[in-house]
Amino acid sequence: MAQEYEIAIIGSGPAGISAAAHAAELGLSHVLLEKTDHLSDTIFKYQKGKHIMATPDQLVLRSDVDFEAGNREDILGRWETQAQDANLNVIYDADVTEISGQKGDFVIKIKSGKTLNAAHVILAIGTQGNPNTMRCPGGDLPHIQYTLEDPYAYFDEDIIVIGGGDAGIENALGLIANTLLSNRVTLVQRADGFPRAKEANVKALLQAMNEGRLDVLTQAETSLVEEKFITLNVSDGEARLPCDRIIARIGSAPPRKFVESCGVEFASDDRMAYPVLSPTFESSVEGLYVVGALAGYPLIKHCMNQGYDVVEHINGNTDLKPADEPLLAEKFAKLPGNMEVSERLEFLRQNVVIFNDLTPLQMREFILDSQIYSFSKGDEIFKRNDYGSSLFSIAVGSVDVLIDPNDDSKRISIGEGEIFGEAGLISGRRRNATILAASECILVETPRNAARKLISTVPAVEKRVNTIAIERLLSQIFGGGLSKDEFAAVIADAELKKVNAGDILIEEGADDTDIYIIRSGSMIVEKKIGDKDVFLSYVSAGSYVGEMALFEEGRRTATVKAAVKADVIRLKGVYFETLLDANPALKTQIMDQLSDRRAMNAFVEGQKDGFDSVADLYGARANFLIEQGLGEATDALLIDETLCIGCDNCEIACAESHDGISRLNREAGQTFAHIHVPTSCRHCEHPHCMSDCPPDAIHRAPDGEVFIDDSCIGCGNCQRYCPYGVIQMETAPPKKPSLASWMMFGIGPGPGQAPKAWTKKKLAKKSGDAPKVAVKCDMCKGITGGAACVRACPTGAAIRVSPEDYLAYSKDPSKAKA
Amino acid sequence: MARRNNNPAQHVSFLAHRRYFWLKVSIAICVLSLFGYVSTDFDPVRNGGTWYGYTLGVIGTLLILWLSVLGVRKRAITAGHWSLKGWTSAHVYLGLSLIIVATLHTGFQFGWNVHTLAYFLMMIVIISGSLGIFFYQYLPQRMSTNRSEMGEGDMLTEIKNLNQLLDDTAQPLDNQYIPVVQKAIEKTRIGGSIFMRLRRGHRRCETRKALDFFRSEMRNVEGDSRSNIISMISVLERKNSLLVRVRKHIRYKALLQIWLYVHIPMTFALIAALIAHIVSVFYYS
Repeated sequence: MAQEYEIAIIGSGPAGISAAAHAAELGLSHVLLEKTDHLSDTIFKYQKGKHIMATPDQLVLRSDVDFEAGNREDILGRWETQAQDANLNVIYDADVTEISGQKGDFVIKIKSGKTLNAAHVILAIGTQGNPNTMRCPGGDLPHIQYTLEDPYAYFDEDIIVIGGGDAGIENALGLIANTLLSNRVTLVQRADGFPRAKEANVKALLQAMNEGRLDVLTQAETSLVEEKFITLNVSDGEARLPCDRIIARIGSAPPRKFVESCGVEFASDDRMAYPVLSPTFESSVEGLYVVGALAGYPLIKHCMNQGYDVVEHINGNTDLKPADEPLLAEKFAKLPGNMEVSERLEFLRQNVVIFNDLTPLQMREFILDSQIYSFSKGDEIFKRNDYGSSLFSIAVGSVDVLIDPNDDSKRISIGEGEIFGEAGLISGRRRNATILAASECILVETPRNAARKLISTVPAVEKRVNTIAIERLLSQIFGGGLSKDEFAAVIADAELKKVNAGDILIEEGADDTDIYIIRSGSMIVEKKIGDKDVFLSYVSAGSYVGEMALFEEGRRTATVKAAVKADVIRLKGVYFETLLDANPALKTQIMDQLSDRRAMNAFVEGQKDGFDSVADLYGARANFLIEQGLGEATDALLIDETLCIGCDNCEIACAESHDGISRLNREAGQTFAHIHVPTSCRHCEHPHCMSDCPPDAIHRAPDGEVFIDDSCIGCGNCQRYCPYGVIQMETAPPKKPSLASWMMFGIGPGPGQAPKAWTKKKLAKKSGDAPKVAVKCDMCKGITGGAACVRACPTGAAIRVSPEDYLAYSKDPSKAKA
Repeated sequence: MARRNNNPAQHVSFLAHRRYFWLKVSIAICVLSLFGYVSTDFDPVRNGGTWYGYTLGVIGTLLILWLSVLGVRKRAITAGHWSLKGWTSAHVYLGLSLIIVATLHTGFQFGWNVHTLAYFLMMIVIISGSLGIFFYQYLPQRMSTNRSEMGEGDMLTEIKNLNQLLDDTAQPLDNQYIPVVQKAIEKTRIGGSIFMRLRRGHRRCETRKALDFFRSEMRNVEGDSRSNIISMISVLERKNSLLVRVRKHIRYKALLQIWLYVHIPMTFALIAALIAHIVSVFYYS
């Protein structure tokens, strides 16, 4: 078949445009296929006026198309003009359904029925996917839409929102937000509940439903769409509702399926996995390249560089060094010896066991995300009780682990090629030992997100890290008490288990004797008194539960259930008994705990009849706090309403300490039994906000603060991921006149967050748009004296606590007096 | 009663801060002042002009000046290991100790002059402050109970929703009733002037009036209209009980602030009178 094009580029995002522009520049015959009727749909769908940043700053842009930070309109406008000026051959409304063939002769099928041929294909379709469409009769009528750009654009309409995910719920709530518009909104959900939506969204939805502001139909499925009507199958028959507009938010098909249908292999079955690519972004199909977000690069600059590089490569330039080469060179600059970047990478890949299975491209990416250090003998790498969730790999040399905080001579050595720091990575909690360099060594520190990506994309790494983590955790607990054979038996028998929030691990009265080590997450311990579950204690990651049964004639004396999603290791109780026999000190310790526990059980039992006020209140309060997310918190702001006078000095202090924006909302948030959990960051063990931060701007400081650094691009992902609504997208307000001039002459808005009107007036005088960035509590990191909200509370109502300290108090109900 | 324990992981009231450290300091100051007062032999009379009188006067002045700095401390959120709770605690106890220190300073010599004016203003400041302590100690819990796990915003939103519901429930009613409901929706006032906010009873509230009206009207009608009125009554009752709570909340909030309207201006007046007192003492001596 005749060659139509040298290069076909699918997707006109930053990567696609850049590739097409370079092909045009080189005079290669090309075609750019775009699914929609405009360029760069992902950015097109950003809200109007959104400021787009150009990080990482130090990375050079290598493209024939311009890009610098600016607002959405300017950037799209510039690309549009440059695409025209460069005579890019763009076909709009070209939804590619199939790619077949091989290098030199690819056949590309388009939904319209057209077929194209190309020698090379560049897939740059991003990760958005295609929204699922309605399949029932009438599913193609024009009053069905799959996005909602402006919830205030409709007036006095019967609107049906289909889909009970976050998108559907947020759209439905948006539509009823302005009551003056008098829209009648019904949300239709196929399942019985809302398992896929965020808890906060579900709560808001149910509240709106209870208040009669919208209707919700669950277990309902659309069977027919007509003009002005919709027919639904509901649990008790059929319902025909008036309907002017349908907003269907029924999910989208991730592009993976399509990409795989083209023959491209992915690194693993994990949801986070990316296609397997060569250093030149060639996929497992020769001549088919994958670039941009789909290749795992969410930042615009990376995407544009890749588009350019791939076209260069296709054009025969095989010596081209990637644009990030200088960045890598800088990372290696401090290391001894004189090696090329690629040699260094290869050296690390071969020396560190967990890097062995990486491709050179993955290797580049991980080293870009990581830091390389060289240490001298005796240097401290991290301290016990520091917060840290990065993973360290030893490229050269070895380190010593100080296992006993009271005795520096007790050490375990970890050698070349091995890893350490995995316990912090898995549990999200403080480091459990101090590490010193045992010789001259070179270490690679990979931050949590990059490490997690590594673990999920390379199955061998996951296995390796898990094995090491379990071995170390067990040797820490069983340390020396078991013979080598016995220890090997424990390891062989250890079973990794995942439990969901609310799942019961140990049931009161059961006769098993297994012991559970909590790897991540936390547990609550309860005892049944009468028909009530009385809260006894809270157990966090790194501890073990279940050992008591060994001494209580094999009967469980309390129930242990997961406070949040947790990972546990199950061990046979019999090993623990052997261990205790060999380790009298540990046995005494446990017997002491046991007698405490017995005393408390006796106390609880004794209070059985009058057991309402004190312990009941404490139990209920503990459960409330767990519900508010304290089970995964490391440090949360709690307000005692019996002391709070509502002066909002906490908010004022927060704004004063952080560029004039308060990161906490005292009044918002839930209250129970006079304890109020305001809307303020809980500094989760595994922060949800970190899940998908394109510039990797969210970190955990050694003291545990989760904070956002200056590289934030304002995408809002963290805001969406946070289940507690504590992240805002804000522009830094203008500087205020000094406190003295306010107190003496009344100039300026005074202490605290300035009123919107004042900020607006001030900003109006300035030209240019200031970017909105994510703003959250950083626990006043770097400010002497610590959290300003607590220091500025005049009555002692506000404290910041870690849940184990706060809840530990209720361990002993006899002391649990408010 | 204020909590005694000082566990950092638990809430501790400003009164019990550092195991009542400032209370102890304040008692020590009072006891020492009293001891000095009774054990020193003064000739010819006890007054502010003796060496002991000057000592108490200097202590008192320094205390007053330091106490008035709380307003700046509260607003100047600087870095450092200070706690406003500690400052409040010290402010409260040291302020109360002035009753003894300053009274002894007077030597119980009062008259119609700037000296006694300063003393009088100081006592007003202390009394208004004591009222503040009382409010701070007893109102928050009542406020919290009254709100019963709702926020102020939630309550106001709920009233808005109930107004919408009133509107809906009024649809089937006879035309003659509509103005009453309309008034209950539009003319029900919450808050207002400081006196309105502090008031307990709100008998002239339009919602209340509408409720009374429909209750008496219910007896005069039959059938469908009756059941419509009954549902109207139930919505009005919901709104009314919420209004009672909101107004109580507003009243508490006003109480938490009202004493400051005496405390702060009187502090400024006190400082002015104090300067006059000191200047005149040294000018005429």
